[in-house]
Amino acid sequence: MAFRQDTFGELKVPLAWTAGVALVVCVVIAIGLMLSDRRGTVENTAHAATQQAVDSVVTPVGDVLSAPGRWISGASSFLGSYWDAAGENRRLKIKLQEAQRFQDRSLVLALENARLRTILGVRTEPALPMVTARVVLDARGPFRRAQLANAGSDKGVAVGYPVISERGVIGRVIGVSSHASRILLLKDVSSRTPVMIARSNARAILTGDGGDNPRLENLRGFDPVKSGDRILTSGDGGVYPRGLPVGRAVKGLDGRWRVALDSDAVALDWVRILQFKDFAQLADSRSLSNGAMPGVITEDPRTQVLRDAASALTSPQGSLARQAKPDPDARPAKPIAAPTAPPAAKPPVSGAAPAATGNTAATPGERP
Amino acid sequence: MSFQAARPLDPVRWLVAPAGVCLLATLMMALPFRLLGLQLPEPVFPMICVFSWAVIRPSILSAPVILLLGLVLDLLWGSPFGTWGLSMLIGYGLTLTMRAMMTGQSRLMLWFWFMIVTGVSVTAGYLFTTLAFEHPPNIVGAIWQLFATSLLYPFANRLIDRFDDADVRFR
Repeated sequence: MAFRQDTFGELKVPLAWTAGVALVVCVVIAIGLMLSDRRGTVENTAHAATQQAVDSVVTPVGDVLSAPGRWISGASSFLGSYWDAAGENRRLKIKLQEAQRFQDRSLVLALENARLRTILGVRTEPALPMVTARVVLDARGPFRRAQLANAGSDKGVAVGYPVISERGVIGRVIGVSSHASRILLLKDVSSRTPVMIARSNARAILTGDGGDNPRLENLRGFDPVKSGDRILTSGDGGVYPRGLPVGRAVKGLDGRWRVALDSDAVALDWVRILQFKDFAQLADSRSLSNGAMPGVITEDPRTQVLRDAASALTSPQGSLARQAKPDPDARPAKPIAAPTAPPAAKPPVSGAAPAATGNTAATPGERP
Repeated sequence: MSFQAARPLDPVRWLVAPAGVCLLATLMMALPFRLLGLQLPEPVFPMICVFSWAVIRPSILSAPVILLLGLVLDLLWGSPFGTWGLSMLIGYGLTLTMRAMMTGQSRLMLWFWFMIVTGVSVTAGYLFTTLAFEHPPNIVGAIWQLFATSLLYPFANRLIDRFDDADVRFR
């Protein structure tokens, strides 16, 4: 009897069919999961809780598994520095001389900058506290670029905090669990970072595409960027602080401007998470969204003209004195929304200008 | 008469164990370790299971396990949930459909089929990612990923050699 005619041979067709049915069911489930994972923003995923749970589990595992790699890297670095000590010493001496020149120059500029800020009354930004963390997982799927760091909410890390390496910005925190944080890199396909070109001060959006060199898009101005230009965070939008180094502009093979990231120059073993809250987080959202416009105090030009004319008529010296030194008691009047009748011939009392209360048009009864 | 050869395969041996090894390999390759200044490649290891399971025999359990593998990849890489599950199921369905053409082919020919199936899955992932973020990812990165994954065929071949004749009903 042939085996194909056996009872077990008959099972081949039903199993193939049931395998097909299982495949279709799984495809439907996968499509349902994709549709359910709606993301208005990167941070708000419908499956954030699952992601956080997985991150919490994977982080200690990755920490343990990456230990041998760290030891090997450390040993290699130690041996390399031992054998290259003499040459490195020569190079460092030259660098030290250059650095001392830069230090003197930067000290002068810092003092000058501080003086100018004081004169202009510019509000300086406070120093940012930061958390140091070790990268334990560097996921490099074909389209997504993210990392896991071993510092979470227990160390004060929150979603949205920028992350820098020793050389420049690498991304920002998009997910936090108790002991781990997920970092979205600048290279990720969903990353958009407001940047500026240091030389021209032109603005652009750094757009990740999963490759090593994110694109510069929405460039404004005529010839705003040149090869080798320094790229910094612009601070626009309040996501990143202004002036963090990002990289250098390079022309891509596709003819587009791209950025060679500074953070790629070194291994990302350790990162620093800046505890930077953007202004959207600092501001009171209720006061921003109540719809009421703040009051604007403007001066009625006719009031000033009449006051000056009256002063000129009564005392020319007083008029000159008033021009040199405005009356501290004089308060600006309400603006006039539309041309009205000529003012009354009666001059106003000096120093008794009507008080301005808002930006609404003044009524005749309120005018002097 | 002994029905030793006709006994169903042990799911732990041909499904669970390879899936676990693939996930472990994915995790190992995701470690932040640089060799001579270069990062480790990160191919889609579960494609080994996707291809070899469909070639070995049709199974009810394969598709759910592939879906689970894809979901773990999504969570590990941060992709939209279901992206890799659906992409790999498309590759699995293609292999299952073309299984009659693949069985009995030479190793080189199966390698070629493996590259085609991997290409279909990566292309599907590319399209799903583009739809999810309304922005196409870098095509060069996807091609590198495809190339790195294609080099994994010897592992799939090992799996096929080991289990292809284990259940003669599907020879």
